[in-house]
Amino acid sequence: MSANTQAPTLPLPPRDITALAATLLELDDMLVSCMRCGFCQSVCPVYGASLREADVTRGKIALLENLARHIITDAESVNDKLNRCLLCGSCQANCPSGVRIMDIFLRARSIVRGYLGLSPIKKIIFRGLLVRPGLFDGFMSLSKTFQGLLIKDNHNAAGTCQAPLFSAITGNRHFPALAKKPFHATTHALKEKAGSGRPVAALFPGCVSDKIFPQLAQATLRILRKHQTGIFLPSGQNCCGIPALASGDRKTFVQLVRQNLAIFNSEPFDYLLTPCATCAATIKEIWPGFREDFSPEEQATLKAMSEKAIDITAFTVDVLKAELPESAQGGRRVTYHDACHLNKSLNVSSQPRQILKSLPGLEFVEMPEADRCCGSGGSFTLAYYDLSKKIGQRKRDNIVSVKPDLVAAACPACMMQIMDMLSRNGDNIQVKHVAELYADSLSGVDS
Amino acid sequence: MTISPALIKKFSTVVGSTNVLTEEADRQVYSYDAAVLAPVIPALVVSPETQEQLGRVVKLAYEADLPITARGAGTNLSGAVIPEPGDGLVILTNRLNRILEINAEDLYAVVEPGVVTARFAAEVARMGLFYPPDPGSQSVSTLGGNVALNAGGLRGLKYGVTKDYVMGMEILDYRGELIKSGSRTVKYVSGYNLPALMVASEGTLGIFSNIILKLVPPPKAQKAMMAIFSDVNKASETVAGIIAAHIVPCTLEFLDQKCIHYVEADAKIGLPVEAGAILLIEVDGGHAQMVEEDAQKVMEICKKCGSTDIRVARNEKEKNDIWAARRNALPALARARPTTVLEDATVPRSRVPEMVAAVNRIAEKFRLEVGIFGHAGDGNLHPTILCDRRNTEEFHRVEQAVDEIFDVALKLQGTLSGEHGIGKAKARWMEKETNRATIEFAKNLRRALDPKMLFNAGKKFV
Ligand SMILES: Cc1cc2nc3c(=O)[nH]c(=O)nc-3n(C[C@H](O)[C@H](O)[C@H](O)COP(=O)(O)OP(=O)(O)OC[C@H]3O[C@@H](n4cnc5c(N)ncnc54)[C@H](O)[C@@H]3O)c2cc1C
Ligand code: SF4
Ligand code: SF4
Repeated sequence: MSANTQAPTLPLPPRDITALAATLLELDDMLVSCMRCGFCQSVCPVYGASLREADVTRGKIALLENLARHIITDAESVNDKLNRCLLCGSCQANCPSGVRIMDIFLRARSIVRGYLGLSPIKKIIFRGLLVRPGLFDGFMSLSKTFQGLLIKDNHNAAGTCQAPLFSAITGNRHFPALAKKPFHATTHALKEKAGSGRPVAALFPGCVSDKIFPQLAQATLRILRKHQTGIFLPSGQNCCGIPALASGDRKTFVQLVRQNLAIFNSEPFDYLLTPCATCAATIKEIWPGFREDFSPEEQATLKAMSEKAIDITAFTVDVLKAELPESAQGGRRVTYHDACHLNKSLNVSSQPRQILKSLPGLEFVEMPEADRCCGSGGSFTLAYYDLSKKIGQRKRDNIVSVKPDLVAAACPACMMQIMDMLSRNGDNIQVKHVAELYADSLSGVDS
Repeated sequence: MTISPALIKKFSTVVGSTNVLTEEADRQVYSYDAAVLAPVIPALVVSPETQEQLGRVVKLAYEADLPITARGAGTNLSGAVIPEPGDGLVILTNRLNRILEINAEDLYAVVEPGVVTARFAAEVARMGLFYPPDPGSQSVSTLGGNVALNAGGLRGLKYGVTKDYVMGMEILDYRGELIKSGSRTVKYVSGYNLPALMVASEGTLGIFSNIILKLVPPPKAQKAMMAIFSDVNKASETVAGIIAAHIVPCTLEFLDQKCIHYVEADAKIGLPVEAGAILLIEVDGGHAQMVEEDAQKVMEICKKCGSTDIRVARNEKEKNDIWAARRNALPALARARPTTVLEDATVPRSRVPEMVAAVNRIAEKFRLEVGIFGHAGDGNLHPTILCDRRNTEEFHRVEQAVDEIFDVALKLQGTLSGEHGIGKAKARWMEKETNRATIEFAKNLRRALDPKMLFNAGKKFV
């Protein structure tokens, strides 16, 4: 029996351990397929940093089996272990036994969360803010006002700021400033016709592009316009839902997806395009896994949307068939970091490299372990910052080892993490999205 | 758990309190390894970082009568790191993970036991040298685990197995004292040959704290090919023919009909599903010319023995494609059913066809799905039983089948295990392979080195 055919998980009566165990047994068919080979140790970034079995997939699966069988009853500590995970998918991509690990982890997180209850702060963020885009944006612009007072500019190439007063909360993270104006505030709903024979792309910038890297969303528009792609940008877009689901809040996840389905269902389009690897992977891989939570009509829209979802680099190379002759002239050294959600979830790795190798004025250099996770994982980064830093440091060392002038990624979440790590080490290396670099090379289009 | 807080405190003083794991969730994940056996939860888990800490941990544990299990990556297939019931202590070696020396002049390396095999092999390769033992688990297995189980790999036929690369080691005995054995020299007769005794000791005689490993120059040329046969006998004749012609391929792997079928169904790489067996052969050596000649001869032998089709890799990509069949064997089998029981009975090379026939008969008798792949050149086959461990009736049949497989292997003058070890899984079979006196002899040896029998007590000889 596959998980997709299972009945939707009902909300659990709080703190009923027997009910918790019984609900977890729903996952048993997936759990049992783990053959305990331990191969996940070779790729798991969290295990790589801690060398603890409870941090690697095999350990987490064993604990879930034990929780389902009353061998352990301390759900709180199992929950802790489950959360020490970046949901990077490296283990799943490498698992010889084909265990559906992401499906297990996301379902288990929401089951265990249902038992323990959502923490008050997450309740406010997910249930109060995230599902109301207007309110969420208002909150973000408020924090921006304070940010001006509290954050000092680091004046380095990575473009990060530090918040000394907030360091108790943020763990001294060097994070990029919130954009002066989010993308959606400067670029309202768009509907642009496609050139003849060109596809129509619905644009889903995603939260991080919208609020931190609006220039990335603009760059994406420039690429579309250059290639005479039709553009459909509906207003009032919601988060893709992964932060809520990762925190075990399946209810909010479903609500966010549902709202997105309604918004995007209003116009026909050929591709659902995003510059965010995590959004692309969520829409393509995670949404369909939870289709049981939606009505039949919604399921049809969901299926269509997830089939159309594509990231900007694969879109540029595979759909637009952009001419990308290898540039031989050399120039500034650029290296590329594979976002897990792009490489491991969606199998996109050659396309961004092909783009980078074609750009004039740049010389492409491959870094060691380019496909190793950078340690950015939504609330993981906040909750386990030390671990995240340790994982990030390995990425940073690999980057620096090839002496680049800039490092490119195709995921804004990875960009934030890499900026943080480079800045923390005082490295003068710029961080850019592949789409930004490509858009910069195009001329004759204003955004 | 009955370990006193005072003792826990003592361990904490040695390794730091964050490296003494007492919480239930932290301990439960050290209750299993890759064998399909019932887990046993340890009472305590300790993670030392230096040789000195390791020695003090062993001493403390021994004085307190705690059964001691050293654990590397926990990938063994025989239950060798399932802790002893009761006050079982697990010592993790994975933080002892430094490569201490790679000596390119004298061709040896000194490593701590927790170094991961593939990382070591890559580091050695970067220096233009070669460490051949390559167990299928090398991306995660530790060198300490490899030595303690005498791990083999695909290159066994020509390059030997882990034992052929162990030159020496330092061992912590039951008092936590450092014992020195072997040396950095090619020749060595000054002490007992303790390194040889420690190889395959499965953590029952002491804990290694570092290991001296032999390195060799890498081959300069390789040639890989796949030969397809209508039945197993022809494949086996081919193996005999290649050896008789005095060619020693570095790899000579075998997939049986069921295995071919599973791989093709899962990975769709264009294998001939109607074939009875496939041999994957790679020859290598110091001169491209010589390798080319060997490859030609191997092809002729394959043809003469009735191979219906031979595919030779002309470049790196084609070589990769050929090896995809072997790489996908275990994943394809593992994905077919929830539980994969990976066996390891080994017979003299010439008796491989008899063994394959017997395994198929046993599979039929117990109504089980079994795919066979393995190292044909070594007679080391991996009959892999596909089942669901939750189905007790089916799993009982699996256990009966495994018993019969062992019986046949011994009848064919083979051994219970070629490389996966005895551990907990096969200990009760040891007397059948040997005799009572042998078991007593081994136990006397153990008692001399471990008077309280605390080192991995329920493993190997019981
Ligand atoms: C999918 C798969 C494929 C495999 N393929 C192969 C293969 O091709 N060839 C092969 O030979 N094996 C293979 N194995 C089995 C296993 O990986 C090897 O036996 C490996 O050597 C175990 O290493 P480990 O670090 O996981 O050791 P562990 O499983 O942790 O321990 C193994 C034994 O070593 C002892 N030990 C560990 N460290 C020390 C130390 N410092 N001092 C004393 N004793 C110690 C332990 O007590 C235990 O008895 C495979 C396993 C799997 C799951
Ligand atoms: S790699 Fe897959 S099958 Fe192996 S232990 Fe990890 S999750 Fe289980
Ligand atoms: S998803 Fe990533 S972090 Fe989580 S267990 Fe798998 S490899 Fe480790």
